[in-house]
Amino acid sequence: MISSLLIANRGEIARRVIATCRVLGIRTVAVFADPDADSPHVREADVAVRLPGASPSETYLRGELLIRAARDAGADAVHPGYGFLSENAEFARSVQDAGLTWVGPEPAAIESMGSKVAAKRLMAEAGVPVLPELDPGAVTDADLPVLVKASAGGGGRGMRIVRSLDVLDEAVRSARAEAASAFGDDTVFCEPYLERGRHIEVQVLADRHGTVWALGERECSIQRRYQKVIEETPSPAVDADLRAALCSAAVAAARAIDYVGAGTVEFMLSPKGDFFFLETNTRLQVEHPVTECVTGLDLVRAQLEIAEGARLPAEPPVPRGHAIEARLYAEDPAADWRPQSGTLHRFELSTVDVEFGVGASDHGLRLDSGVVSGSVVGTHYDPMLAKVIAWAPTRVAAARRLATALAGARLHGPATNRDLLVDVLRHEGFVAGETDTSFLETNRVVVRLGENRTERLSALAAAVAETSAVRGTHPAIPPGWRNLPSQLQRKRFAGSRGEIEVAYRLERGRLLGEEDVVLFDSTENRATFDVAGVRRTFHVAVHGDRVFVDSDLGSVALQRMPRFTDPAETVAEGSLLAPMPATVVDLVAEVGQRVEAGAELIVLEAMKMRHSVRSPGAGVVEVIEVEVGEQVEAGAVLAVVGVPVGVAEEG
Amino acid sequence: MLTKLDELAAEHAKALAGGGQKYVERHHKRGKLLPRERIELLIDEDSAFLELSPLAGWGTDYAVGASVVTGIGVISGVECLIVANDPTVRGGASNPWTLRKTFRATDIAMANRLPVVNLVESGGADLPSQSEIFIPGGRLFRDLTRASAARVPTVTLVFGNSTAGGAYVPGMSDYVVMVKERAKVFLGGPPLVKMATGEESDDESLGGAEMHARTSGLADFLAEDEQDALRIGRRVIARLNWRKHGPGPTFPVVEPVHDPEDLLGIAPTDLREPFDPREVIARVVDGSDFDEFKPSYGTSLITGWASLHGYPVGVLANARGVLFSAEAQKATQFIQLANASDTPLLFLQNTTGYMVGKDYEQAGIIKHGAMMINAVSNSAVPHLTVVMGASYGAGNYGMCGRAYDPRFLFTWPNAKSAVMGPAQLAGVLSIVARQAAAAKGQPYDEQADAGLRAVVEQQIEEQSLAPFLSGRLYDDGVIDPRDTRTVLGICLSAIHSGAVRGAERYGVFRM
Repeated sequence: MISSLLIANRGEIARRVIATCRVLGIRTVAVFADPDADSPHVREADVAVRLPGASPSETYLRGELLIRAARDAGADAVHPGYGFLSENAEFARSVQDAGLTWVGPEPAAIESMGSKVAAKRLMAEAGVPVLPELDPGAVTDADLPVLVKASAGGGGRGMRIVRSLDVLDEAVRSARAEAASAFGDDTVFCEPYLERGRHIEVQVLADRHGTVWALGERECSIQRRYQKVIEETPSPAVDADLRAALCSAAVAAARAIDYVGAGTVEFMLSPKGDFFFLETNTRLQVEHPVTECVTGLDLVRAQLEIAEGARLPAEPPVPRGHAIEARLYAEDPAADWRPQSGTLHRFELSTVDVEFGVGASDHGLRLDSGVVSGSVVGTHYDPMLAKVIAWAPTRVAAARRLATALAGARLHGPATNRDLLVDVLRHEGFVAGETDTSFLETNRVVVRLGENRTERLSALAAAVAETSAVRGTHPAIPPGWRNLPSQLQRKRFAGSRGEIEVAYRLERGRLLGEEDVVLFDSTENRATFDVAGVRRTFHVAVHGDRVFVDSDLGSVALQRMPRFTDPAETVAEGSLLAPMPATVVDLVAEVGQRVEAGAELIVLEAMKMRHSVRSPGAGVVEVIEVEVGEQVEAGAVLAVVGVPVGVAEEG
Repeated sequence: MLTKLDELAAEHAKALAGGGQKYVERHHKRGKLLPRERIELLIDEDSAFLELSPLAGWGTDYAVGASVVTGIGVISGVECLIVANDPTVRGGASNPWTLRKTFRATDIAMANRLPVVNLVESGGADLPSQSEIFIPGGRLFRDLTRASAARVPTVTLVFGNSTAGGAYVPGMSDYVVMVKERAKVFLGGPPLVKMATGEESDDESLGGAEMHARTSGLADFLAEDEQDALRIGRRVIARLNWRKHGPGPTFPVVEPVHDPEDLLGIAPTDLREPFDPREVIARVVDGSDFDEFKPSYGTSLITGWASLHGYPVGVLANARGVLFSAEAQKATQFIQLANASDTPLLFLQNTTGYMVGKDYEQAGIIKHGAMMINAVSNSAVPHLTVVMGASYGAGNYGMCGRAYDPRFLFTWPNAKSAVMGPAQLAGVLSIVARQAAAAKGQPYDEQADAGLRAVVEQQIEEQSLAPFLSGRLYDDGVIDPRDTRTVLGICLSAIHSGAVRGAERYGVFRM
């Protein structure tokens, strides 16, 4: 019996496991790297053990430290969560060797699925349909498009779609480099790429006594950079027959490797309805909550009980209703999905029914979050903030509930993909169930909720709310009062489309300067306007120069522009700034080199992704301020490209 | 009253127009800001700005506003007195009214201990009127250095010309910021230098901002452009380590229970209509809360205590115009009480003067009026005066008219000030003329008399009106009655930059 569990993970999944343990009466041991010292998962665990350092390789990937932590803290079992060491057979084995209970499948099962190449062969032998494996060296035009994949990969890393043979070599090379740096194994392979395919996976749960359940499918087709963004169950593309076929393939796959515990068998579903084995994830999936919502199961509890030797009933529960999960990331979809970091001043979904769903009979709106208001989103780990899951009797009702909850969330901090999620959930293609893995590329869904007018009104609300802030010298004198009004007052904000200048004046409580806007009232934290006859309240939160305005029209993040710029602080024209905190991994250009517009000059790495810094125009590299290996802050000047005299005129 | 306010707005618009569209456009085209644009950037965002003497020069040969903007604004949290030349009006040259308006502003700065910020761009003296400017104009520089000596900081931002005598404005200031390639500060320009010494020179070497910042040291800061100068000016003020010497607001600020909007209907447009000043007080003071002193005695003058934007004040308000002996004595006592408790006084004028007539003269109305004037004259607490209606005769003096140095004096648009009412004055002239004719045994021309009376009445009427008096700087501005509370609040806050202390002694009270 497990009495004390070490959770070898962080963030959302650590909290998820702790929530179940609390219900079961299991003592919890958290581990934390230095940037996570004040994280919710650390506060919520009964005890916590520090893993000195910040990078995953110094901390959450150090098996020996984790086992020592379990011993020191008196844990008798280890739950790996997902990611990190969750699919590391060697770690699973050393946990068992240390006399601790491993909450997961046997190391051999993990091993057999660890190599994608080997796993495919194994599955083909077990009668599970697979896509042919192509030798990267032997790919011909007829095979295109192909997908280059890292054998040890996961989470989209080391994956490239190739549609032209010209770029195949380059794709293989970069996939190899990424795979080597991320997984320590540079094996890559190719397989046919299914255009407009759907990602369908089956949750399996197997006990040590031969019972294997297939708990229905999940569709995870909405992806960006091969990472899942929205997941749901059941899939609108799967009917009862297909479901039966998928489930029996999944059960066959699980039985082929004597699988124990919770796992997921992933398939690619072609537009024609054929499905092919992709891989087996020998751990709990990020998107497990949708399955919990429809089955009423607590999969973490099931994992723990199976680890303790419990028997599953003969038949799995019958799913009911529909559940959709959206992954909220601190990333900017408009800026190439760049991860964002900083303080999350406010993180609030006012309509949440249940957190982590443990023990809930009806999930409604569920939140599985790794962060709370005030959390700092760093650059060392995955930028996922939370998962928001809606359950409803029907798919459209679940999508509506989820979209509304996300749209109304107060997310004051780094940019998130929230607007994108809402747009997808409300997209007619999505509502119609027409989803495939290229959904985000083929549908123009990055339409911001913050339309021009919304940003303007939000900026105006921010400006007006600011006038209500108590002013030192004249606490009660009407703001901006003039006996001889000569002009409107002006405030500038940086919005998503550039600068917004609002001009306004308050005269005896009336707002002048903006057409069709009548001020009803305002405080430091909100402004209520009648906009073209509709009363709307804009909630304003100010954190330093960042201003967050939430209203029915959407959430807008603004930056208050300073009234004055200190000439000493202005950046030289042609300066290239670091788009995020990152490490410099390569200097492609040299000082004095002539470069074309868009030429790659410097390569940065952040969040395990490589980002190219490119020349803004044709010119000569005048200065390079950084060296390889250097850690740079967001906004740091990396290099300066000067436009030589004469070139400008030619252009 | 709304008609009066529209008329007032039209006069204010003349001041706002500066030198007119053509010169404003030319100025903007040069990348320069108007004086009020400079002020808007200089003061704290969303803070109030009380412009002073905006009608200066009204009814004279010079532009309304006198080519300078003055006022009280908050810069980096510090209430300052701001003086900004308007270069669109004849190059910002000073005329006699410019001087008077500027002097009034520096008086306010000194009396209330407000740091002075000059935004300079002026072509110097308006030469045709130099005889009225040159001799008195020296006071400008004297005031600056005396302010400095009194530890009232002076800051000058030079945006353009500041030459000849004007060069002493930066010269006399504690802090000087000059705008690169724009500021020009020298005693004599190239032609004058050539005439005097034969030396060939240019503007930049004689008085450019870079030269003054790097070589002469007259500029403490070199600004990239106008915005940068204003930014630096704000930083200078932020680092003054400024502390107000007066007590802060001591009462919670509670808006009046009664709506100040009602003042539009309360302020009389026909001054013969009496009105109860309690109605005004209830729309000006905190929480409409007023504790009347001696309510049953001398009822033609109301006295009592209140607070305004948190500052305690003693209020004296005319209730029925005429001041009798009892009212004069009541006022005298009340003023002494306020001085005994260091409480600022607010005079709300609507007076037709001290009572005349045999009985009143015999009862000593002069003695009693003199007591009141003695108390007002020697009172040392700050005084604020608002002319709500009539201000005639010695009532203007007893109720702290301009000659009695109230810290601030504002007029409602309907108000009138004169030695007596126009009809009375014309009638008095008529009676005197009639008596003179009778003494000489001449017949009296009734028709001519009627004509004369009409002309005199008309002239006196015009000269007693608010814009005329404001044009001559007999007040600090004509205000919308609804703004009375706000204006007085800004003034009280400014006043408390200095210490507030009542009088120790008075002149001999004639009993």
